[in-house]
Amino acid sequence: MYTFSSKLKTFSFVLMILGAIGIGVGFWQAPKTIEDVEKILADSHHGHEAAHVEKVAHDAEAHAVTEPAHSEVAVVDSTKAIVTDSVHATHEAVDSTAVAVAPVADNHDTHKKETVAHEADHDKEHAEHVFHQLQNKPWAALYVACIFFMLISVGVLAFYAIQYAAQAGWSPILFRVMEGITSYLLPGSIIFFILLVAAGMHWGHNHLFVWMDADVINPESVKFDKLIFLKKGWLSVGRFLATAAIILVVWNWVRFKFRQNSIAQDTATDNAPYKKNFKLAAFFLVFFIVSESIMSWDWIMSVDPHWYSTLFGWYVFASFFVSGITVIAMITLYLKSKGYLEHVNTSHIHDLAKFMFGISIFWTYLWFSQFMLIWYSNIPEEVTYFVTRIEHYKLPFFGMLALNFIFPLLILINTDFKRLTWIVVMAGVVILFGHYIDFFNMIMPATVGDQWFIGIPEIGSLAFFLGLFIFVVFSALTKAPIEPKGNPFIEESKHFHY
Amino acid sequence: MSNKVIHAIYNDDDVLMDAVKQTRAAHHHIEEIYTPFPVHGLDKAMGLAPTRIAICAFLYGLVGLSVATWMMNFIMIQDWPQDIGGKPSFNYIDNMPAFVPIMFELTVFFAAHLMVITFYMRSKLWPFKQAENPDVRTTDDHFLMEVGIHGNEEELISFFTNTGAVEVKVVDKH
Repeated sequence: MYTFSSKLKTFSFVLMILGAIGIGVGFWQAPKTIEDVEKILADSHHGHEAAHVEKVAHDAEAHAVTEPAHSEVAVVDSTKAIVTDSVHATHEAVDSTAVAVAPVADNHDTHKKETVAHEADHDKEHAEHVFHQLQNKPWAALYVACIFFMLISVGVLAFYAIQYAAQAGWSPILFRVMEGITSYLLPGSIIFFILLVAAGMHWGHNHLFVWMDADVINPESVKFDKLIFLKKGWLSVGRFLATAAIILVVWNWVRFKFRQNSIAQDTATDNAPYKKNFKLAAFFLVFFIVSESIMSWDWIMSVDPHWYSTLFGWYVFASFFVSGITVIAMITLYLKSKGYLEHVNTSHIHDLAKFMFGISIFWTYLWFSQFMLIWYSNIPEEVTYFVTRIEHYKLPFFGMLALNFIFPLLILINTDFKRLTWIVVMAGVVILFGHYIDFFNMIMPATVGDQWFIGIPEIGSLAFFLGLFIFVVFSALTKAPIEPKGNPFIEESKHFHY
Repeated sequence: MSNKVIHAIYNDDDVLMDAVKQTRAAHHHIEEIYTPFPVHGLDKAMGLAPTRIAICAFLYGLVGLSVATWMMNFIMIQDWPQDIGGKPSFNYIDNMPAFVPIMFELTVFFAAHLMVITFYMRSKLWPFKQAENPDVRTTDDHFLMEVGIHGNEEELISFFTNTGAVEVKVVDKH
């Protein structure tokens, strides 16, 4: 039996407390009124705005329109026309296309006068836009960390089910570690569901999902958005929460049954509990691939309701699947270093590291397939997704490629390295951080746009959920023998050698 | 000095593995072992050095990647930077996503083919090569261990008979 070391327990509590403080600070820092934002903007952008107005005025006077100034004016004009400001992606689309298609205005004089008049309106709209983004910031930080850790446990659950369904001979020795990690699914999904309800009910200025605003599907409203209106059959808060509830309940039920049968197998006289788990794994994997796809549309893709991608579900799956396998490897190495798991040898670690390597490449393949297809065809309605990311998230967007692809590719390609604890742990830390950034890149551009920063709210949320994750997982590990007995493949697993 | 070798023939891979371990323990030098199929762990038991072919493949892959990059940079960017369907041909990185499929394939192509050719060269395999089987049964169901004779011939023969060999022959090697 494993005993939860008091040091690790204290560490997890410290993380949770510091994280909770960080989350609180995030909400406290978020601007309360639009005036706050105008003040912030005035402080930071005043120089830029003043120069802009001056330049426009000067142009109008001198009748000498320089090309760059002209394009800027065109941009200002067309952004005015956007109905709702909440979807930053749309905003960007018009921005970039406007520059390209801006017709040469014949009447410079009237054009300039209009522009100056629009300037004030535009400032106000801009402030409102930034206001929503800054209010979203602590929510988005919480959301990213919460979904990341919850999906790690889902990824481990999928891996566990695959091991059962494939009758893998090497992994039964690690089943209790995997069960420990999936124990986070219950608390994780409860918190996550609360966050979804918070978004649906707009608690505390939560505007993570633009389409949840009733005005965008109201043809009478100035915020009316026809594209979202046409999707309202799917994008409705009731349907959204009901689907989420069904998916989470089934996942948790499957996890509960898996664990129950696995414990029963320890003392069983026959293989009946094992066979139940085998059948359950087959059912779960079918359900999982459907529900995973739906959840990726709902929980992640719908923050950008104007954008869609067909391989998105697979892409999200690869991201959390590799994170889950990495967590299995890291927790196994931790337990092994503490003297538990005596039958785990370097061959088991080698296999896990191979999975980390292979699925990292798989993730990259999907990332690139999605990126390259959209980049190549460059259709404005879908390319905005990457335009915003490359413009405002250059470092995280390309940085994660280095973390999630190049680093594992070069480190984990070597057979000998895959057996070394420190190499696997180092690669694991990099992969996990890289996939947190991956989720960050999926959620943030649509919710906080160019106001992103990895500061106190983001690190606080990450620390809170990490602390909770450690606490729940290691508590669960103490509740059953760390090596399962009675599994028909356990002997093979104990003597697994590669 | 005549080049005499012993051919000890076995009909079971487990017996062969034991025999290899005994032979190594008795410090007889194993010249070669012929088996009809790969025997797991035989290389370790014989004390053969691990293969370096994976390292070769990695380096060949880098060559392939360099060739692909150089080729497309020269053709598409340097030599004739045409506007083809609006793709940015100002510099390599601007248009890189379009080149990645070729970069990937050439990396794999070079790694795979050059590694295979390396394997053929190092193991001296080519068409019309004279087969080197000392005994045709080694391609079917027998295992043959070849050990050089550097001492008492009688003693060696009895040693190999005791390791479970079904047949022990003394052969002149030319």
